[in-house]
Amino acid sequence: MTGYTFAEKALARAGGVSSARAGDILDAQPDLVFSHDNSAAIRRIFEKSGASRFARPERVAITLDHAVPAPTTQHAQNHAEIREWVRQQGIGHFFEVGRGICHQVLSEEALILPGETIFGADSHTTHFGWLGAFGMGVGRTELAALWATGELWLRVPESMRVTLTGRLQPGVTIKDVSLRILGDLSVQGGRYRSVEFTGDLLPTLTADQRPVLPNMMAEFGAMNAYLPPDQVVFDYLEARRTRDYTPLYPDADAVYEEVYSLNVSRLEPQVALPHQPDNVVPLSQALGQPVQQAFIGTCTNGRLEDLQAAAEVLRGRRVSCRLLVIPASASVLLEAARGGVLAALIEAGATIGTPGCGPCMGNHMGVPAPNEATISSANRNFRGRMGTADAPVYLASPYVVAASAIYGCIADPREFLS
Amino acid sequence: MITQHRVWVYGDNVNTDQIFPGKYTYTLKTPDDIAAHALEDLDPAFAGGVQPGDVVAAGFNWGCGSSREQGVTALKYAGVSIIIAASFGGLYFRNCINQGVLPIVCPELAALARTGDSIRIHHEARRLLVGERVFEIPPLSPSAQAILDGGGLLPMLQRRFAGEVVE
Repeated sequence: MTGYTFAEKALARAGGVSSARAGDILDAQPDLVFSHDNSAAIRRIFEKSGASRFARPERVAITLDHAVPAPTTQHAQNHAEIREWVRQQGIGHFFEVGRGICHQVLSEEALILPGETIFGADSHTTHFGWLGAFGMGVGRTELAALWATGELWLRVPESMRVTLTGRLQPGVTIKDVSLRILGDLSVQGGRYRSVEFTGDLLPTLTADQRPVLPNMMAEFGAMNAYLPPDQVVFDYLEARRTRDYTPLYPDADAVYEEVYSLNVSRLEPQVALPHQPDNVVPLSQALGQPVQQAFIGTCTNGRLEDLQAAAEVLRGRRVSCRLLVIPASASVLLEAARGGVLAALIEAGATIGTPGCGPCMGNHMGVPAPNEATISSANRNFRGRMGTADAPVYLASPYVVAASAIYGCIADPREFLS
Repeated sequence: MITQHRVWVYGDNVNTDQIFPGKYTYTLKTPDDIAAHALEDLDPAFAGGVQPGDVVAAGFNWGCGSSREQGVTALKYAGVSIIIAASFGGLYFRNCINQGVLPIVCPELAALARTGDSIRIHHEARRLLVGERVFEIPPLSPSAQAILDGGGLLPMLQRRFAGEVVE
């Protein structure tokens, strides 16, 4: 009898069964479900379902983050319908405009803990793997069903193991590692499996850096992604959590359908060229590409260390193209203000926006003009993603985005780092 | 039953931003409005030309990217009730099932067919008929098939909350 993967253990727990194997079908009862600006549309589905009350309102979270503050009357009406619904249903955890991006806020609030399961109406729910949780994106109808019944059927996925070893060079980040994985294995590589990370690089990563990996695995097509929680995670949660938890770890003899290893010690910064996140080249092959806009933010790279990295490059310098900086949460904004990071960015010419998703998905603010190029710290650069079909988007780390803002073209940040 | 369908053929890795742009996701509500923007950034001819009964025949990883359900409903409201692809994004595949749209995995079709061609589907025999070629339609998991047979996840919920026994 071989051992179990993380996914098999986590879904056995969520399904209330003693054990589960890849291929098993079970009804999972997640510890938390969440949605965001899409909650009004989910409400309309729920209202058609015949259900009247939430099965477990205390296990439901809603954040307003995707188009905040409301840019149009229609968006404002959308938010108003959500607020009304929150009051009517007694939804346990509601976060207003400006509190931040769902994945960041729910992490900061410690609403999901190691070993737990979270389903969100957002593809980047894989993010919560940074806490050692099982995070899976679902559709709107599925989220309505979760509100109504508290459970959802799923098939326990096969798993893939990704081993990351070595140490990152200065100016190279976990974002570059994530892009390299996509470049090596393609956006088809995940095949809706559980992507379970291991290797001696992981313990060197901070709490701000870790979410980048599982977040980017949404682009890989993973069902979920997982980092083994260690003291960094336990310390992050200690002052925030309100309940106990039991971390889960895959067994040493768990069965992995595919294994992939990467030694990061010689990795250089990476850039995803338009229009797909696996169209990845080393930075040296993208240098000099003109950009009219640079964007630092999102659930991928909008945390304090990301803003600090940008400030490290930009302090005492000036941008020569538009630079938008949108902290992932109000807490990030506050810390960046206190520590002088915001001042350095503003003095360099950055525009600071309301915590939230910003221009990542083209709903509002920072939409590029036709033929304008953007370099972004986000996770996704599909054609039209930022709201304009003929506006190319490059993906890179906050370091590379900041350096590119100085030159108005894709640039190497390492010349600015001491 | 054998049904005949006109196909719209697309390539690999078509993502949900191309199928239904994110900028519309919180404001467009009616089926007609949503259908009008289907495949807007991929094939501007689609929304005006699609007829009820048409099917999409795509390459690998159709519907990768966002979890947005309008990636499926935009096509459904436009009259597409069957989507054939070499493979599907995992979230997209689930959204098809939940919307009562039949997803068929067929690695060969997109390379074989051209937009405007006709294909036939033998539903009971689970066969896809393309000219002289015949492809097996792989079975779905029992749970997925039950939701599809029930018309999608919402009708299943409606029956459950109306007091019918649903297994």
